[in-house]
Amino acid sequence: MPSPRYWREIPARYRLEAARCGGCGAILYPVRRICPACRGETFSPVKLSRRGKVITSTVIHAAPTEFQMEAPYAMAVVETPEGARLMVQVADCDLEEVVPGTEVTLEFRRIRKEGKGGILCYGHKAVPVR
Amino acid sequence: MREVAVVSAGMTPFGELWRHSLRDLFVEASLEALRNARADSVDAVYVGNMSGGQFVGQEHLAPLLVDQLGFRGVAATRVESACASGGAALRAAFLDVASGMSDVVLAAGVEKMNDGADVTGVLASAADQEAEVYHGVTFPGLYAMIARAHMEQHGTTLEDLAAVSVKNHRHGALNPKAQFRQEVTLEQVMNSSLVADPLRLLHCSPVSDGAAAVLLCPLSRAKEFTDRPVRIRASGLATSSMALAERRDPAFLDAVRLSASRAYKMAGLSPSGIDVAEVHDCFSIAEICVIEALCFVEPGRGGQAARTGETALGGRLPVNPSGGLKSKGHPVGATGIAQVIEIFDQLRGAAGERQVADAAIGLTQNMGGSGASSVVHIFERV
Amino acid sequence: MAGIVGYGAFIPRNRIKTEEIARQWGKDPVAVRRGLLLEEKSVPGLDEDTITISVEAGRAALERAGIDPQRVGALYIGSESHPYAVKPSGTVVAEALGVGPEVHVADFEFACKAGTEAMFVALSLVESGRVEYALAIGADTSQGAPNDALEYSASAGGAAYLFGPRELLADVVETYSYTTDTPDFWRREGEFYPRHTGRFTGEPAYFRHVSTAARAILERAGLRPADFRYAVFHMPNGKFPLSVGAELGFTRQQLEPGWVVPTMGNTYSGSSPTGLAAALDVADPGDLVLITSFGSGAGSDAFVLRATELLLERRSRAPTVRSMLEGKRRYLTYGQYAKYREKILLNE
Repeated sequence: MPSPRYWREIPARYRLEAARCGGCGAILYPVRRICPACRGETFSPVKLSRRGKVITSTVIHAAPTEFQMEAPYAMAVVETPEGARLMVQVADCDLEEVVPGTEVTLEFRRIRKEGKGGILCYGHKAVPVR
Repeated sequence: MREVAVVSAGMTPFGELWRHSLRDLFVEASLEALRNARADSVDAVYVGNMSGGQFVGQEHLAPLLVDQLGFRGVAATRVESACASGGAALRAAFLDVASGMSDVVLAAGVEKMNDGADVTGVLASAADQEAEVYHGVTFPGLYAMIARAHMEQHGTTLEDLAAVSVKNHRHGALNPKAQFRQEVTLEQVMNSSLVADPLRLLHCSPVSDGAAAVLLCPLSRAKEFTDRPVRIRASGLATSSMALAERRDPAFLDAVRLSASRAYKMAGLSPSGIDVAEVHDCFSIAEICVIEALCFVEPGRGGQAARTGETALGGRLPVNPSGGLKSKGHPVGATGIAQVIEIFDQLRGAAGERQVADAAIGLTQNMGGSGASSVVHIFERV
Repeated sequence: MAGIVGYGAFIPRNRIKTEEIARQWGKDPVAVRRGLLLEEKSVPGLDEDTITISVEAGRAALERAGIDPQRVGALYIGSESHPYAVKPSGTVVAEALGVGPEVHVADFEFACKAGTEAMFVALSLVESGRVEYALAIGADTSQGAPNDALEYSASAGGAAYLFGPRELLADVVETYSYTTDTPDFWRREGEFYPRHTGRFTGEPAYFRHVSTAARAILERAGLRPADFRYAVFHMPNGKFPLSVGAELGFTRQQLEPGWVVPTMGNTYSGSSPTGLAAALDVADPGDLVLITSFGSGAGSDAFVLRATELLLERRSRAPTVRSMLEGKRRYLTYGQYAKYREKILLNE
């Protein structure tokens, strides 16, 4: 991953910074210029809670090259209490326990690394609450 | 707008074609389409291709390929909409002829996937890089999440998913150009290796090389090229959110619904008017969701259609008589045009053992990504 | 008066049993377990490193303090496993915690005492009035060479301490540092595993520095071992901290709450700070707590702390060390461990 591209996403990935649309109240994560729901352009900043519940999930067995060491691993669409939905990996879990409705917290993890010499890329992963 | 006809078609076999380069595939399919119509010139070419750049390191395909075809100088454009690139290329060609800008237009799709590239990684570039791919999701993974949501909401079963693969392999076994010309059993599908739970290997379309081409012209000139033209009655294109997480209902493909409504409206037809359809079954769950979004079945009932035989050859509405992406193969940029060719053959009564009796109206649906783009075309026997 | 306004720890959920490692190398598992007093150790996941551990520990410290991260004027991370050789861990941690950009950030390294080193500097900056709050973190994903004694103990985890001027959870009563040049343990640039000099790491290194520092701080503070409720000494294995504690006159009851090494292992820069967090998890208002670190090379930092009333109220805002040690865990085989610690040669 080229580091400028990574660097631009830091507020969303490190701090879960989102936005609430002033027009319709929709939560946008990551933030963008125009609300996809109402085309509004005024927003207030929102920091997402580091918890949520699984909307849908899978277990990736055939993984992309960079993630092969971690396979099989669970992934889920997680909805935070604010209503934002995030695509995340699910860590420290029994793969079978990650199903729609599973309660999770979001922990800071290394998401990927670019070979032996490239940058390290961080963000959040879900961990089931138990 | 002028009426537009498809007058000829050409297609390579789909499969692991190690001896063929991207340009070989394009030339073979295009030349067949041109020869079948005895056409020796075209006004424009549209090339559907997802990722020549990543698969074989070649961008700027349109001039390269028309040059290879011996048409140096002709107006040519590459059209990209991920796995819907073929369908989008057909739409561009259709609009070009319908508008009166061009008369004889070639719409071709090509993809050379087996050339040493990291296919999983290249395909993943059709998902949202920052919101999805960054976190390690794959395309089978995205569709697996769609499948799990569909199972959760509608009670769709693993047998329902497997039945789609069984049906499409049964169809594909009858297609000489299919990559996998063999039937598979429900047990084989359900015991194949896991790719992204609940999707297994035999729920997934293969990695394929191939090209497909069709020649379009105004309906008024169609007889110059063939006695049995097929009219394009409608074209609908729609988009949805790129990231799966942003769709309120992950099990509903709203771009498919929207592209279909546009096409039905343009054709003045309802879903019950369709006799045969080729839809985008990149994964078994995709066919289930697509036939719901096309209103072929009630919402939530797509899972039963393949199992009950409703969508099999001989059923109420045969879906994917060609074998679909699953059995025929899925060279991504070529798929949308290959779907058109199956419907072209079906409406001309030229589909051999796969022929749907008395098919007069056919539909194609071609999808990009996890459903962020969808193209629907409706065709009619003339 | 400056002191601790928040603290937090994080321990990865993977574990490997001492016996599993011993069996791999043909050692007597029971003898190793009893000899080192080690039951199991934490192992980082493939997605965990000093940075991720620091962020989670730092978040817990900020939760307990309940302050706006923007008021943190300094952030220091002590570790000997900073993920980058060049590029700070602290910048990632600061951004993730919402600290800065008006903040002084540095990565520290001093073998196993880099964490208390960070605490010493953070405290001093708050005391001087130069910054309002300062965050110090000790964290490691420790390396121990395969089939080396260190492999039984080298583990992953860390603790964070937020120092501030008011609303203290613990007062800092006294500090003391003792440092000499003693080459007992080191790792050269480009080397994957640290090396050590066997028994030379004991008497002239660990015991000399820890006991000197502990005696000196007691003398300075005018306190005796019996005045303390808890004492925490750096934990390279199970035995050393108990031995040095006994030699200094502390009882097993004073040592055990912070003696987390039998089930956590040695988290290097995170070791004594995490032991201190475990002691604060159970301390009552007014209790005195002694912490003495040890870093090879060599030196010890010592702190005398006194728990306040507020500690009782704030403690429940974040998980305790024991809840992480005894909570959800996953036991690894040696093969899985070797994969997680990237000890298997792979094609790039």
